[in-house]
Amino acid sequence: MNYLLRSVAVLLGADPKKPAPGDYSEEAKALHALQKGDRNRIEQIHIEIEHKAAHKQPEKWRRRRWTVLVLVNLLFVLSYQLDIQMLEGALTASRFIGFHMADLNSALQVMLAYKQVLINLMIGTGTVLVFWWLLGGRTFCSWVCPYHLVAEWAEMAHDYLARKKIVTDHPFDRRVRTVFWLIFALLAFVTGYTVFETISPTGILSRALIYGPGLGLLWVAILLLFEIFYSKRAWCRYACPIGLTYGLVGATSPLKVTYNLATCFHEAECKKVCEVPHVLDMVVKGRATRSDLFVGADCTHCGRCVDACPTNSLNLEFKGLGRLLK
Amino acid sequence: MATQKKSARINRNERRRFLRTLVYGAGIIGASLLGFVPVLARWKQRVRPPGALKEQDFLASCIKCGQCVQVCPVSAIHLADMDEGFGIGSPFIDTRNQACDFSCDGLQCVLACPTGALTHEINYPAETDMGVARVVGEQRCLAVMGRGFSGQARGASFTGRLRYDEVDRWNPIPVRDHPYDLELCDLCVRQCPIEIRIAQCEAGKPPSGDRNQCPPRHAIRLDAIASDDGLTHRRPVILDGCVGCGVCDMICPADPGVFVIDSSRSREVAA
Repeated sequence: MNYLLRSVAVLLGADPKKPAPGDYSEEAKALHALQKGDRNRIEQIHIEIEHKAAHKQPEKWRRRRWTVLVLVNLLFVLSYQLDIQMLEGALTASRFIGFHMADLNSALQVMLAYKQVLINLMIGTGTVLVFWWLLGGRTFCSWVCPYHLVAEWAEMAHDYLARKKIVTDHPFDRRVRTVFWLIFALLAFVTGYTVFETISPTGILSRALIYGPGLGLLWVAILLLFEIFYSKRAWCRYACPIGLTYGLVGATSPLKVTYNLATCFHEAECKKVCEVPHVLDMVVKGRATRSDLFVGADCTHCGRCVDACPTNSLNLEFKGLGRLLK
Repeated sequence: MATQKKSARINRNERRRFLRTLVYGAGIIGASLLGFVPVLARWKQRVRPPGALKEQDFLASCIKCGQCVQVCPVSAIHLADMDEGFGIGSPFIDTRNQACDFSCDGLQCVLACPTGALTHEINYPAETDMGVARVVGEQRCLAVMGRGFSGQARGASFTGRLRYDEVDRWNPIPVRDHPYDLELCDLCVRQCPIEIRIAQCEAGKPPSGDRNQCPPRHAIRLDAIASDDGLTHRRPVILDGCVGCGVCDMICPADPGVFVIDSSRSREVAA
């Protein structure tokens, strides 16, 4: 419970904390003590990492994820353009073979602005809530949101330029996302307009794909340029209220990235690729309080850490079903 | 000494990060609030789809998903772009290019709307209130000039469609595929979906056999104008049964058209 609350606090912007000495299980203590000595194994891991860097393998989870993301958005496009009517509407609200679906944040904006609880919308919101609770909340971000995909490309460009020392990352205070969430909720209520929708790159891109491009794409381009040249992944990390909403939904989800202390050698390869590296604080030497832990609520279950980990200490798992696809 | 320097640097970095975050926050919120400008300045007055609530309520309750766009049989509905601020992604009808001719009879857009921004309280075309037509170019009106019309109402390149019951009850066809030959132009009255329904009801054949489809009031008629040139002259007059569907605007062969659609007064005043 404490661990869960801590994960929500980190989601809201708190910095991960070093656990108190009393928080560690005996097993974890023993594991932390043991690994100091295993120099051979560590050397072996380093060789493995170098080998991996020299022979880049395609990232399995990223491939799967991009495939799903493209297919979902394609289904939206084809449902309209080819009139196959499977998934009608856009990411803000839709019908999937007749069933109402409503994006939680869009529905919240509408109800706050309109100041009425809309029954139809509640049905769609409930469906989506259960769906994304089951599938891990922010899983929406990395597996469905079209902005996430283009932001990943922008991230590649940023990383490339950073290696060439042309750009440097300027991080923001992560608490600002919670402030944004509150301000946008307040603005919807006070102004009576769905203010956030005006600048939501998720909605803009989804509609642009389905109904054709527009000026909104200029805004999306500005966001991407900002992320390439100034602050890496700035929108998803520090701004998007949609992500925060889904993060809260997914805090108690059965779908998790799990961490195994016994096999981890604290190389932090995972943190290098992570969109939200604060959720991987337990991989830091001496931080894991138990031998097995799950990664917290801000995790988008993108699986990049799973691919990056040289010792397979991170895995996507569904509680009760076990490990998902190797 | 060294640790003091280090902590001073950390403090300075944190302060910078804090200030940077403030600017970032102000920038994003500021950008979103720019959406107020087009709404308050009323840059664009849009004709909304059937059943749209009063403008302020409509923009509040519309979830900007475009499901109404997808079901419209004549593709009359479009989504607003970012230059309409808070109206981004909200549906509108550009009547001159493609009016709502109620070909669906059952108001599909209303049924598709997941939030009730297009109110589910209406069921029939005559109950809608998208706006009201207004005659703005009487001097261009063929009927006023006493002239007839023959040919394609809006020319060969016009892509707008209408449902012609006598051609195909279920499929709207391009207006250019349905040329006219009229002694005195009466296209605005002839094609008015309200007038068509009134005529069908008077002939004992209401749409789908449903008497509820019968409009209670007329929407448009041509009034005779006195003249001494031996020609018949008539002038279009908008009546209180007009629902603002815009078919008169779309079909009018004058260029520019004789009509505009005002978003009706009832939609203007906030609840």
